[in-house]
Amino acid sequence: MNTATAKKPRLTTSAMIASIATEGQRVKAAPFGKALVELAANRPEIVGLTADLAKYTDLHLFAQAYPERFYQMGMAEQLLMASAGGMAKEGLIPFATTYAVFGTRRAYDFIHQVIAEENLNVKICCALPGLTTGYGPSHQATEDIAMMRGVPGLTIIDPCDALDLEQAVPQIAAHNGPVYMRLLRGQVPLVLDEVPGYSFELGKAKLLRDGADVLIISSGIMTMRALEVAQVLGADNIDVAVLHSPTIKPLDEAAILEAVRYKNRLVVVAENHSVIGGLGEAVASTLLRQRVQPAGFQLAGLPDAFLDAGALPTLHDRYGISREALAARIKGWL
Amino acid sequence: MSEISTLEHRAYRIRRFALRMGEVQGQGYIGQALGWADVLAVAYCHAMKLNPDSPEWEGRDRFLLSHGHYAIAHYAALIEAGVIPESELETYGSDDSRLPMSGMATYTPGMEISGGSLGQGLPIAVGMALALKHKKNPAFVYNSMSDGELDEGSTWEAAMSAAHHSLDNLICLVDINKQQADGPSPKVLGFEPLHDKWAAFGWHVQRLDGNDLPAVLKAFDVARSLGDAKPRVILFDTLMGKGVPFLETREKNHFIRVDPPEWQQALAVLDQSRPYMQLEGAPT
Repeated sequence: MNTATAKKPRLTTSAMIASIATEGQRVKAAPFGKALVELAANRPEIVGLTADLAKYTDLHLFAQAYPERFYQMGMAEQLLMASAGGMAKEGLIPFATTYAVFGTRRAYDFIHQVIAEENLNVKICCALPGLTTGYGPSHQATEDIAMMRGVPGLTIIDPCDALDLEQAVPQIAAHNGPVYMRLLRGQVPLVLDEVPGYSFELGKAKLLRDGADVLIISSGIMTMRALEVAQVLGADNIDVAVLHSPTIKPLDEAAILEAVRYKNRLVVVAENHSVIGGLGEAVASTLLRQRVQPAGFQLAGLPDAFLDAGALPTLHDRYGISREALAARIKGWL
Repeated sequence: MSEISTLEHRAYRIRRFALRMGEVQGQGYIGQALGWADVLAVAYCHAMKLNPDSPEWEGRDRFLLSHGHYAIAHYAALIEAGVIPESELETYGSDDSRLPMSGMATYTPGMEISGGSLGQGLPIAVGMALALKHKKNPAFVYNSMSDGELDEGSTWEAAMSAAHHSLDNLICLVDINKQQADGPSPKVLGFEPLHDKWAAFGWHVQRLDGNDLPAVLKAFDVARSLGDAKPRVILFDTLMGKGVPFLETREKNHFIRVDPPEWQQALAVLDQSRPYMQLEGAPT
């Protein structure tokens, strides 16, 4: 072992509920839970259910505010989804929470058959999306969007930050039909309030900044990374535009085509998800079908692999979704 | 007629409607329909609150067909209850029919859920029972399921939850005909002792012959009037093909084979067992 590595601080696996915010970043606490509590004050039909993960999905705030409208379903995700469906059939609007791995992989048929097939008004809100925990594949939901995109009629949301989340909550409740939302919990970064004029609109992608050389199309926390990367590359005179598409399905194809067409830019789709079946493939399909040819097209997603366990900064570097790694990948593609 | 005779008559008619649908399609889970007809007759013609003209009436008792392949039996009961017109049975399983081979909520009036992916009915019933309590609606939720669904983990997730939430408005009806897709249930996956299992999960349990109509009637009444804050399960041992002796004794299988001429023969045999019906004008 040489001296350099010996002196390097040893990074340890982040706690399961550790914030994804970087040090010094502005954050908001429990935006999902607080927004739901606020909304439910005037919406008696909203109920909350969880599979033994209220505290870990910020639903405990709802449980404290409305104990008579909170249902603890135990560590049973099939039951969670099916009973939420049953409640929706009776006219309630259930918000069902768990981790994304369990909600999607374990309860898929229950979402498909009980909830989606009847277009029931269930809002499935799942924490630990993509690579936001270092606990390994058991907890890393790197293919949840691919699975959920296959469910007809299901609206899919991948919010970027606290602002997206708190604005999305009333909108998904107002939407008549099932929704799958990727959830960020605890101390959630706040970045989109710095983008002039930005607001979350269900079904809409928004151009957060323009730039002549590269267009990053992104969702979820990768939009935060994309904005950082735009700064980094700007210092090297690389001009980066960012199109944020928090609604994955139905995809805002018009905004994507508008952003790509006639611009002759490298298009990079950045997503906190496997390159299989996520936003990247959805964008590629849109462009091909509409015969819109960018100057280049690259997927900056997670590899089609079972990812390592470890510290999140290490893993984000390793898999190319940290600020530095993403900036380096884009430079390489130019 | 006494109530028992009336219900026997109703069960006979349900069997008859099911056989006629089977003949239309040349197939169908007729063995299960004949075996489950007595339970359906008591549910739809004695126990349940329903409004045939308004199948979604808020005050109705909910009947969930978890075993979607029993749709042929359920349609027959819905016809007998006046929810679906009798003439519609001629469309059973045809393109654009409201009566598909597997029950689906979006197709059929009175069909509460889309069953068929087995093991989903009971957890849906838990959600509906919780919601009814939340709404202070006194209706019951009945979950009708097959014994094969006892293999599914989700059934037991729901069983545990129903007891945890003291769902005394939930009544689970299990058809124990001991036939699964790959053979006799005890060979596929042993589920006994069922009485003890359900009791250990916190349920009020009854087990009886599901083709003994007076006993079925009594079991429904007990389940509905029980004072305990517990979910209730009724385990019905049934005979597939009941009422048509040549089907009762046919080699037992999940899917009983019926040759084309046998549908009319089955109807004739069934009618012979109810001669008084000829006096009253048998259903056509």
